Amino acid sequence: MINKTIKQLLTGAGCALLALTPPLAAADIEGDRQVLRRDNGAEPSTLDPQLSTGTWESSIVGDLFEGLVARDASGSIIPGVAESWERSDDGLHYTFHLRDDAKWSDGTPLTAEDFVYAWQRILSPALAAPYAYMLSPIQGAEAVNSGDSAAETLGVEASDAQTLEVTLTRPTGYFVEMLGHASTYPVPKDAIEAHGSDWTKPGNMVSNGAFKLSEWISHDHITAVRNPNFHAVDDVALDEVRFLPIDDSRAALNRFRAGDIDTADSVPQGRIEWARENLPDALHETPILATFYFAFNQRPGSVLNDRRIREALNLALRRDVITSQITKLNQPSAFSVVPTAISDYDGPQFDFAEQPMDERLIRARELIEEAGYSSENPLHLTIDYITNPDTKRIPVALAAMWKPLGIDVTLTNSDAAVYYAKLREGNFEIGMAPWIADYDDASNFLDLFRSGVPNNHGGYSNADYDAMMARASNELDLDERPRLMANAEAILLDDYAMLPLYFYVKAKLVSPTLEGWQENPMDTHPSRWMHFSDN
Amino acid sequence: MTSDSKPYSGEQANAAPLPAGGPNPPRSPEPETSAQAAPAGESLARDAWRRLSQNRAAMASLGLLVAIILVCIVGPWLLPWGLAEVDWNAFGTGPTLENAHYLGTDANGRDLLTRVLYGGRISLSVALVASFVSLLIGVLYGAISGYLGGRVDNLMMRFVDIMYSLPFMFLVILLMVVFGRNIFLIYAAIGAVEWLDMARIVRGQTLALKRREYIEAAHALGVRDSKIVTRHLIPNAIGPVIIYVTLTVPKVILLESFLSFLGLGVQEPLTSWGVLISEGVDMMESSPWMLLVPSAFLAMTLFCLNFLGDGLRDALDPKTR
Amino acid sequence: MLIYTLKRLLQAIPTLLIVITISFFLMRVAPGGPFDGERQLPPEIEANLMAAYHLDEPLPMQYLRYMGNLLQGDFGPSFKYKDFTVTELIAQGFPVSLEIGGLAILLALIVGLPLGIAAALKRNSTVDYVVMGTALTGIAVPNFVLAPIFALVFGVLLGWLPAGGWNGGALPNLVLPVVALSIQQIAYIARMMRASMIEVLGSHFIRTARAKGLSESEVIWRHAIRPALLPVMSYLGPAIAGIVTGSVVIEQIFGIPGIGRYFVQGALNRDYTLVMGTVVFYGILIVVMNLIVDLLYSALDPQIRYDD
Repeated sequence: MINKTIKQLLTGAGCALLALTPPLAAADIEGDRQVLRRDNGAEPSTLDPQLSTGTWESSIVGDLFEGLVARDASGSIIPGVAESWERSDDGLHYTFHLRDDAKWSDGTPLTAEDFVYAWQRILSPALAAPYAYMLSPIQGAEAVNSGDSAAETLGVEASDAQTLEVTLTRPTGYFVEMLGHASTYPVPKDAIEAHGSDWTKPGNMVSNGAFKLSEWISHDHITAVRNPNFHAVDDVALDEVRFLPIDDSRAALNRFRAGDIDTADSVPQGRIEWARENLPDALHETPILATFYFAFNQRPGSVLNDRRIREALNLALRRDVITSQITKLNQPSAFSVVPTAISDYDGPQFDFAEQPMDERLIRARELIEEAGYSSENPLHLTIDYITNPDTKRIPVALAAMWKPLGIDVTLTNSDAAVYYAKLREGNFEIGMAPWIADYDDASNFLDLFRSGVPNNHGGYSNADYDAMMARASNELDLDERPRLMANAEAILLDDYAMLPLYFYVKAKLVSPTLEGWQENPMDTHPSRWMHFSDN
Repeated sequence: MTSDSKPYSGEQANAAPLPAGGPNPPRSPEPETSAQAAPAGESLARDAWRRLSQNRAAMASLGLLVAIILVCIVGPWLLPWGLAEVDWNAFGTGPTLENAHYLGTDANGRDLLTRVLYGGRISLSVALVASFVSLLIGVLYGAISGYLGGRVDNLMMRFVDIMYSLPFMFLVILLMVVFGRNIFLIYAAIGAVEWLDMARIVRGQTLALKRREYIEAAHALGVRDSKIVTRHLIPNAIGPVIIYVTLTVPKVILLESFLSFLGLGVQEPLTSWGVLISEGVDMMESSPWMLLVPSAFLAMTLFCLNFLGDGLRDALDPKTR
Repeated sequence: MLIYTLKRLLQAIPTLLIVITISFFLMRVAPGGPFDGERQLPPEIEANLMAAYHLDEPLPMQYLRYMGNLLQGDFGPSFKYKDFTVTELIAQGFPVSLEIGGLAILLALIVGLPLGIAAALKRNSTVDYVVMGTALTGIAVPNFVLAPIFALVFGVLLGWLPAGGWNGGALPNLVLPVVALSIQQIAYIARMMRASMIEVLGSHFIRTARAKGLSESEVIWRHAIRPALLPVMSYLGPAIAGIVTGSVVIEQIFGIPGIGRYFVQGALNRDYTLVMGTVVFYGILIVVMNLIVDLLYSALDPQIRYDD
């Protein structure tokens, strides 16, 4: 009995060994086929566009589906399923004209009704989509999502098969930009009703993008092949895209060097200088729309309620040392919270940005003394951070930089779930808070500091700021709106409401033979624009 | 991430040399137990020490081990750099004599030798305490379970099965919540897992040993159970126990770095060999010293422990006495 | 013996029940939840999520619901990998981990046992020192150091083997992960085999066998190896449970789609259903392997009996 079990175990392994499959050809071009092998950075948590949350999903979902608008190789919004659109004068009504050759991958036509279905679906409480709030500018969205109103009350209507009418609750300057996000993509009603939660499996999935799903082995690979029913299929050069969920950047670098993959999603921190020297043609270092900052807990009772301390901490930070010596990615130092790469926005900076470091340090010491701390009565602070070999070096450096001010820093690391639970409960003093934009608009960052919103980790609250942001969000004038937001950011910076460090730079490796891959601040790279040059 | 969360994974191993018991071993009346020859424990220890001191490899290892421990304790006071002190001119520089960074600096510009020595204090004390805890609980638990046998053995071993199967990571996270961050918790958490292996080994030993004539004879003579366990069973199981302890030490030192990852282990700026090694792996190709230096200290310690363990085993073996 | 085995299998039921119950509550009282991420969700969306996963019910109620589903063999959908059920994830990943782990154990036995025996027979000779020195190095260099070195040297610098990827289990892709996983096992097995051989060779019944005038090879092959194998066998029981359920280090470095990563990532993501799935799966393996070990004890040493 037992011997048999062991034998079965052993022969099982033996059989598996015999069932060898031939290795895949190690070339980009297999026969006449163009095959792109993309490192996806990690396993996506879903391929359902409306449940997707991060870049690991959107990179794949963006190849499989197309929304009303799409993104070109440079990340800019271009017409997608919608050929054109109009906005009413009050900014509350949008009319989208859908292209008449829009089809699903099974050949059935894609109509305005599909969008109505999709948007009602993402807001349904039963689906519990994390990104349902993306649609909150649409009339009735919040009530539908909380289950207070029926799905039909949503301000979306198909006046005919090719026309979609959308009503918003308030003018939203970035509404069309926002439609580039995966959560607004159409989804196939028939497939979802036929297969339930299994609709994203190969064989079940019907999509409308440049590629369609053909294989998915969890944590191994996801394969998508060109979708012959895509409206611009003639411009799609790649026959197949293979997404590899490589969640270790060292492994990705190894496999890139071995010629096993055509793109690597990241470069290990310790290897960036090496890559600059040895892989100059493949390395791309691109500023993206993201800010790395630390939240100050400013809730009542926190020592960081004192503006002088927040200012001193900001003053004494040598941002350039962190980006040149610790991260080594030479990210632009952040003296504001909105990244400088955000379009159509010219924001303020901390007024000390140009001041020499020694003057800043003198001022910082004065502030700490004014706040009542001295060498006899040192200021104790705690920095919380997520355990991660790369990011841990930053809080370590902060502690060393603040030490000359007589500040005694305790470092506390935890796993991500514990850490974010602490942030949510306000149970921290200084906490690491990276923020990556969902769409190219300054409000994406400034909304984080409105009173009582979910990601306002520090509990910052300033009535003037809230009022200014409210004015901005109702402003239709394209020149006035950014000005109002810049005024709001000036309030924020004057309060030293956070500790900005740098604006992200993403380092990626891309095979020099791959063309059509363009650096862009949205860090979005649709495969439909790519091809291999040696063909 | 440096270790598996499964408390008992294949990457961690145990050694369970069970006693000699052939297909049909001819039983001999010759004394197999230390206790028979020993009314006085003191002379036993002296005897063992005499035999150990004749083992040159073991003595050399003992000397080196003491040297490593002393260097870790005293060294940091003699070095010019502090544990958290950043040399703003030397981020990740290699070993050199010029700036007193004899073994280079880490990626944060801190002196690597200083950090390795501080880390050694943590790693060596974790190894010492955790191994001792697992030794104490595991040996007693295993010996009692095996000796009493039957239902008690069954119950005690099912408890071990349960402990094996619980998700270790949640145990750790909960410990942290309940007791806060505390270095002694690391010892407790590690000891709490490691004793399981030891218990199963000793219990296996005991199952075989308790059928030997001399144990049954002692039993028949009315010797108390507790005395049989401590005086007869445990001394005869000492060989595999020592071998296993020498295999436990690297496991414990590396497990600590995994606990640090979860936030239970050492907190920056403090460090340990396990943490330094896992940091070094990231820098392996560009700054190999960051991996080599802590690895060398760990390897040296393990070699010493191993030879010392072999020597101890020989010195304490009742059969060869 | 049959009755003993049946009894032990019956005992597995309450054992696993206790494991499942403790794990369930342990996991749920730990801080941080499956929806605590970089993006904090608006309260109404969080409420929807809690309702969708029945997390808004009282804990005992959730426990009963879970047990009810479990009895029907339903482990539920993964919280993190939303498009898969836990059963699908384990069914997809386990054969991969089993193949890598099984081959690693096989390799470790084929290499480790002879090395250990040789070292014991030539005790304190050059052979012994070389073998034990190598074994110690294998123990001193942890997997998370060894695996990246292998990938770098053989996969990238020399280019002899794939630097990573599973590739449907093609032979070249198996070599590095299997060898990397087995090195430490080889070291442990060699170390243990040496120790137990020395122990056996010094025992009185071997002395008796020698005194009877048996040839040295007869003594070793017929009388010494079998009892000396016993501890290695008992070691392998629980070790197999650990190895065939994958290694997160090996899987990440070599891009292997096994289940080892679920043990760590499931816990880090607070993927409650996936954690429970791995707990149940691993618990069964532990119980079975320890049973096998106990049966092997008495098969290899008739002196060991289980009375009732």
